[in-house]
Amino acid sequence: MNGVHDLGGTDGLGPVQVEDREPVWHSDWEKAAFAMFPANFLKGHFNLDEFRHGIEQMHPAEYLLSPYYEHWIHTVEDHVVAAGVVDAEELEARTQHYLKNPDEPLPDRRDPEQVALFEQVMRAGGSARRESGRDPRFAIGDRVRVADDSPLGHTRRARYVRGKTGVIDLAHGTFIYPDSAANGLGEDPQHVYTVRFDAAQLWGEEAADPNATVTFDVWEPYIEKA
Amino acid sequence: MTTTESPLPVPAVALRSEEEIAARVKALEAIMIEKGIMTTEAVDRLAGIYENEVGPHLGAKVIAKAWTDPEFRERLLADGTAACEELGIGGMQGEDMTAVENTDTVHNVITCTLCSCYPWPVLGLPPNWYKAPAYRSRIVREPRKVLREDFGLDIPESVEIRVWDSSAELRYFVLPRRPEGTEDLPEDQLAELVTRDSMIGVGRPLHPGAA
Repeated sequence: MNGVHDLGGTDGLGPVQVEDREPVWHSDWEKAAFAMFPANFLKGHFNLDEFRHGIEQMHPAEYLLSPYYEHWIHTVEDHVVAAGVVDAEELEARTQHYLKNPDEPLPDRRDPEQVALFEQVMRAGGSARRESGRDPRFAIGDRVRVADDSPLGHTRRARYVRGKTGVIDLAHGTFIYPDSAANGLGEDPQHVYTVRFDAAQLWGEEAADPNATVTFDVWEPYIEKA
Repeated sequence: MTTTESPLPVPAVALRSEEEIAARVKALEAIMIEKGIMTTEAVDRLAGIYENEVGPHLGAKVIAKAWTDPEFRERLLADGTAACEELGIGGMQGEDMTAVENTDTVHNVITCTLCSCYPWPVLGLPPNWYKAPAYRSRIVREPRKVLREDFGLDIPESVEIRVWDSSAELRYFVLPRRPEGTEDLPEDQLAELVTRDSMIGVGRPLHPGAA
């Protein structure tokens, strides 16, 4: 999809705002929002690519203006409601209740095994690397062009590299293909390559930063021989 | 029906207040606790891991070791994940890590223009500016200007700026150049010079005496 999240090269968004001595958490709700990602991922309510696609479907104005972890809440909420795990009306009623009674405590339930499982998952991670048996169609040093069509649904093919030509710098093996996995079509592992683009190729000689390059990671279906 | 109001040019968006967000999250959390999906203890534990245990001090250990141990440096550049694992460092959002080395001709900087990808096991959770639209939109388009004007880092035009857009599941971090005058410093003191920003590529390591 051609979404507002695809920000590379967008102009007019102002200076970078660096917070001095920024804390890891700005509020308690951020901690809960953060934990909802692994908690629901482990329950199979979404995969990583579906999680990202949910964020991309926020209204563009809301996406640009809301605090970061609200993006997570948006996608978690959409997925748990769609999965039938959370009832939208009940969620709204409870939201109104907590708005009027912000100090009311959360339900109390203990589950030490779940705490241990979360710890183990954060420590071990879960790689998106998958064996595929597919031979790579490209090699380091190849000149390639990113296809410049505009797919519907989730893709990692950013607009600023579409139609652009670069050189393969690294080859990484096969990984879950987000254009498939986020769109309900299975993991369909594909080879991933790092492609290096000259700034002038991306932005034109006049606007480009002199002596700059951008590397962008592509799945094999994104590229063709140049 | 008559009306004098013109419809809004885009669907109305009501941004939520901090209180409204907090109530929404609490409502979701309450339901998830009841459904066996999470507990408040699990939330506190996860939040505590990234507040107290996993952060840029871990990446700094990796960098300091690479500065002092040439064989480790080789292994780090060949397979970042395996080299970090030697030091017991790894996990979520660092399953496939690649260290990119600054030289006298190349300065590296990392970003994620599509979302917020960042190597958590070595850098912790990303700062807000890394996830916000300004950095993500501009660092690929005018990197020298962003580094100079927004971060006070002057990279001469004789040095190539290479921006790594983490668009797939590889997670990049920068191996910065070792500061001059640190030949006699032991590894643990070198690690204190390595900042988070120097591993993102928007800063340099500290000089000895400034740590």
